[in-house]
Amino acid sequence: MSRIWETPGGIYPPANKRQSLSLPIDYPQLPERLVVPLDQHAGRPCRACVEVGQQVLKGELIGVVDGALGAAVHAPSSGTVTAIEPRPAGRLSGRPARCIEIATDGLERWTRRPCVADYRQMSAPQLVDRIAQSGIAGMGGGGFPTAAKLTPNGLPPIATIIVNATECEPYVTADESLMRERACEIIQGIDILAHIHGNRARLVIGIEQSKPEALAALRAACAKSAMEIVEIPRKYPSGGERQLIYALTGKELPSGDIPANIGVICINVATVYAIKRAVIDGEPLISRVVTVTGGACATQRNYQALIGTPIKHLLRHSGVNNNRLNQLIMGGSISGFKLPSDEVPVVKTSYCILAPDIDEFAPAPPERACIRCGRCAEVCPASLLPQQLLWHAKAANHQQLEEHNLVDCIECSACNYVCPSHIPLVDYYRAGKVHIDAARQVKSNAAQARQRFEFRQLRLARLEREQSQRRAARRSAAVPSNAPRAPVARLSSADIIAAAQNRAASKQPTVEQTLDKLQRNISTLQNRLELAEQRLVAASDDPLNKQNSLRAAVEGARQKLQRAEQRLTEQAHG
Amino acid sequence: MMSPAARSGQSTENIMHWVLLATLPGGLALTWQFGWGVPINVLLCSLCALACEAMALRLRGRPVGFHLRDCSALVTAIFLGLALPPLVPWWVVAIACSCSIIIAKQLYGGLGNNPCNPAMVGYATVLLCFPEQMSRWLTPQTLLPEGLYQPGLWQSIHLVIGGGDLIDGITGATPLEVLKHKTGLMIEQVYASEPIFNRASWAGAGWEWVNLGFLAGGLLLLRKGIFSWHAPLMMLVSLSLMALFYWDAGSSASHGSPLFHLFSGASMMGAFFILTDPVSSATSIRGKLIYGAMIGVLVFSIRSWGDYPDALAFAILLANFAAPTIDRYAAPRTFGHSAKRNGVRPEEDQ
Repeated sequence: MSRIWETPGGIYPPANKRQSLSLPIDYPQLPERLVVPLDQHAGRPCRACVEVGQQVLKGELIGVVDGALGAAVHAPSSGTVTAIEPRPAGRLSGRPARCIEIATDGLERWTRRPCVADYRQMSAPQLVDRIAQSGIAGMGGGGFPTAAKLTPNGLPPIATIIVNATECEPYVTADESLMRERACEIIQGIDILAHIHGNRARLVIGIEQSKPEALAALRAACAKSAMEIVEIPRKYPSGGERQLIYALTGKELPSGDIPANIGVICINVATVYAIKRAVIDGEPLISRVVTVTGGACATQRNYQALIGTPIKHLLRHSGVNNNRLNQLIMGGSISGFKLPSDEVPVVKTSYCILAPDIDEFAPAPPERACIRCGRCAEVCPASLLPQQLLWHAKAANHQQLEEHNLVDCIECSACNYVCPSHIPLVDYYRAGKVHIDAARQVKSNAAQARQRFEFRQLRLARLEREQSQRRAARRSAAVPSNAPRAPVARLSSADIIAAAQNRAASKQPTVEQTLDKLQRNISTLQNRLELAEQRLVAASDDPLNKQNSLRAAVEGARQKLQRAEQRLTEQAHG
Repeated sequence: MMSPAARSGQSTENIMHWVLLATLPGGLALTWQFGWGVPINVLLCSLCALACEAMALRLRGRPVGFHLRDCSALVTAIFLGLALPPLVPWWVVAIACSCSIIIAKQLYGGLGNNPCNPAMVGYATVLLCFPEQMSRWLTPQTLLPEGLYQPGLWQSIHLVIGGGDLIDGITGATPLEVLKHKTGLMIEQVYASEPIFNRASWAGAGWEWVNLGFLAGGLLLLRKGIFSWHAPLMMLVSLSLMALFYWDAGSSASHGSPLFHLFSGASMMGAFFILTDPVSSATSIRGKLIYGAMIGVLVFSIRSWGDYPDALAFAILLANFAAPTIDRYAAPRTFGHSAKRNGVRPEEDQ
């Protein structure tokens, strides 16, 4: 039995999971229209690579990655593209997302599926590429592209692969039903992950004790392998990435770091399943298991729903009673958020749609003043001081918010849950984070402009200096000789024109020009390195993560400088 | 508001109701020992506090009914009513109450924004302004001669409203006063000679029961999870340790035993009802420990070397002022951070 470390804080809300677990995963009818957002992951939205009116096949690429941390988007079913436009999306910000609407033809014609007979014959980069091609992004809610997670550049080798099977949020059973019914495929997915990392990493599945059936299914499926299944006590939010890593390894992920920094990969069980489907069956991520639950639903169960299925479609399938419906929530009852409408589609990160009835969730009582009772601090999994944060968030005091480590808030909403004054604390924190980001953007733009200006000033001063030095050298060389000056070859105007035409004709810069440019480049980089080093020295009292980032900046500048110098020598000699 | 409405079911009103309920054992013990003066104080305070709160809320343009329903004014009033000496003239009660609610609470922005405990501000104000009225405690029922009782209801009302003189023999010194003015006697001698001690069961006659009542109420709240044990326990521990340290084997220089200090004056009421006022106390766990310990030391110091026989109010007010600073330095280490970031940091240069 592996040791379990106890995480700070946490709450024990009623689980409310039994309702949706009595029936197996169901496949709903194909909806007439699928609305597939191009923005279902952490990075920038994808670029649509289809046009309105175009026929698409099931699994065909319709959105290509555009920028870092993107995940490709595929057509969930065959049909015709009918619109590419912003639509309401189930996002926290409430902003609409650019979506591709597909009118399904009901034929479910597949595109070619690159099935693999034995993935063990494939190299790690090939497998990661397969995963990237399949558009897999963290399905536990984060939406972090899995391919990026699996290939952390320049970081220590992965020592531990943690499969997050905790699913601590009340009402949500998508992962649990997946584990009960498809444990073997999940284990295959984990094997693929292990293979990618050379079968050297420790494999741990972290699962809450409150899921005996899922536990038994996993145990049976991985009986022969070296996987560890670690039961952790039920507590919300034990499934937070930082919390789970600590509970299973005793390592606290430093603030601002990704798990790979400490040699850990933490991956959701639904994502692992998607990896198996992508590698072995050649299916891109076009559907997922989503829980549809809440007292307003006639049947509460899990659906294998196509990405892009309007939740209205699923709710109708579940026989939701609109008269009893209190509110519509994306996610669970604690950390979920209210949906603006039932038009929004299921995306890669939607694990639950909660339609509670009026008796289930009483209307939110009015917010009262904070009496500083400190219950929020007791339950905070990040050991923050939520009531101080609230105070500073209300006052829009950004400096104090940063000082109280607002960035470390994982928005689990445990504080909301216990607050006797019914204050939606996390709403204030989210607003605070948005404001801080905006202010930082403005500041960084200004800093960049100033830096550019300073570089220019430095460069001009240096050029001036060099020029005057050259002049002085020429003068000192000219004065003692006293010899009559050699007649300067007078160029005729025709010659000058010819020379200019020559120059214009050969668009290629001369060697001197290139060298000069490289020189300039080097001096800029030298200045930048100096500045970065100064900043690092000045920041010796600052917290470690800030120092680390500055150190990384210095290192980056140094490498750039080295490359530039290398290029210069190459140019000079070649 | 984006967050769903799933809530634990605990509410501010609920907390206040439990606190009100928990004052019952202490209040009943006080009434038993000191007569009708106690409920009259509580009633007067409640009426006055609700009136002040309603008026202030109205002037501030806040919804009166909504804020009155949180019961925080009533809690302040009841603490104050139990702290004031019984049969004190009505205008002392009124001044104390209006200071509490209007000055100490509403002028700072109402519930949640007051830096000091309102009840203690009101109490300290009248203690400083009207020392004569405020030092007039009654003799506990236990010590009254056979056949003599505390004034009846009508007589009590008459005394409070009309302000007539109390019958001699019903007023008496509290155990803390007796011990403070022992003038060079050994503790044993004081205990032998003073009826308030030699007729007591374990601490001071009458007062021991009052403190026991508040202890019982406090334990109930602790069990209901209304507050954490940190601050009250630390206060009682530090008070006991101070008493033990200066016990001096009961010599003439002694300031009384730990048991005496724990069960005299407002020790238990302070520890479980005033100290645990979340608004004005420290909030982090370590902060609460420091806050409680600080009050214990201050209470003992003022009792032993100050001018006031019991100065829980002053101790708490001093600690209230210290609470934000304590919190600042006692903040827990944030998960994922190697070192604490606390204390006053210089402004970041722009």
